Amino acid sequence: MSSRSLLAIALAISAILAFAADPRRDAMLSEYAVEARRLDAGFTSFSAQRGETLFRASWNGGDARTASCTACHTADPRQAGRNAKTGRPIEPVAVSVSPRRFTDKAEVEKHFLRDCKSVLGRECNALEKGDYITFMAGQ
Amino acid sequence: MTTPRLAILGVVLMTAFPAIADDRVPPVTDPVVIKECGSCHMPFQPVFLPARSWRALLHGLGDHFGEDATLPPETVDIIRAYMTANAGDVIGQGAGRKFMRWVAPNGTPKRITENPVFLKEHNFPESVWKDPKVVTKSNCLACHPAATNGRFE
Ligand code: HEC
Ligand code: HEC
Ligand code: HEC
Repeated sequence: MSSRSLLAIALAISAILAFAADPRRDAMLSEYAVEARRLDAGFTSFSAQRGETLFRASWNGGDARTASCTACHTADPRQAGRNAKTGRPIEPVAVSVSPRRFTDKAEVEKHFLRDCKSVLGRECNALEKGDYITFMAGQ
Repeated sequence: MTTPRLAILGVVLMTAFPAIADDRVPPVTDPVVIKECGSCHMPFQPVFLPARSWRALLHGLGDHFGEDATLPPETVDIIRAYMTANAGDVIGQGAGRKFMRWVAPNGTPKRITENPVFLKEHNFPESVWKDPKVVTKSNCLACHPAATNGRFE
């Protein structure tokens, strides 16, 4: 492999990393990890797979129009969604498409409260929040 | 020679038109209202409802059409001040006057979309409202792309 193509690959990788990683998101995840450990001493790390289950599962207890996160965010988080109650379009929630997602704690907390109540009929806990962000950060 | 003539015509139209059909809807300019009341749906313009309706809506944000839209009290104060100062019964002209004619003197409607003016202008078959891009009557933006700017043509 020529050194030039190696350089190109290295640049591409660093561009992807720079694109996805955000210190504010990392800090947020660390805070949720501390909280998750307080809830469950056996907590080790967040799981993208559990986050995906939270995202796709059909719940009851919430609003009938929104049994699942996908009701508004669609089954493909890289696609634009639509609010199932108001019809308003929603920008994609996958970090690869919308790098600013999960960087503003107040915004994130507001939606975890509102959207989890709407879907699950209760607030999401720190473990669920961390799992969900971990899943979306890989999307 | 056409330019001055057109200019005169323009003046005539501009002065005659508002008298016939003044449907102006001043857009929302307050950044707090745009942010907090424009995240789930477009920020509805205050002229569509009387001041007492906005007060009632802002008093009941904990159950806002089945949604928890609670905001900190100081944010609600900012929104209430703006919405009541620019409400339909306070502004009393344009689309506001038209809509207020159908609001009972002590009535406190919570929906724009139940006003007879709205219903008359939006007398569409049920299939239109069921369109997946429309979802509900209050989704003004689906059919009026410039609704946020107060343009509903
Ligand atoms: C009723 C529609 C609706 C449902 C159902 C819904 N959301 Fe959302 N969600 C939204 C909207 C609207 C936004 C804000 C979008 C924007 O900022 O463009 C959002 C944003 C978010 C954000 C903040 C993202 C950011 O910008 O940082 C999180 C976190 C979130 N949703 C989590 C969830 C979870 C978890 C579920 C399922 C349990 C869910 N949502 C289901 C409508 C919904
Ligand atoms: C959490 C999401 C959310 C937020 C935030 C929100 N709303 Fe709503 N609003 C809704 C939903 C859902 C409806 C009902 C939509 C429907 O059934 O057509 C609604 C309906 C309305 C209506 C009646 C629309 C009609 O049918 O004529 C008004 C007026 C209104 N909202 C004003 C506000 C104001 C003012 C604010 C800011 C304080 C606000 N909303 C913030 C979700 C929200
Ligand atoms: C399904 C599409 C649709 C939706 C949703 C919708 N409108 Fe309309 N609206 C129309 C059409 C079409 C007309 C024109 C009717 C005509 O000319 O006969 C209209 C006309 C109007 C007019 C009269 C405009 C004029 O200059 O005469 C107003 C005001 C208006 N709409 C406001 C609203 C508001 C406010 C909302 C949301 C609360 C809304 N509309 C939602 C389709 C829609």
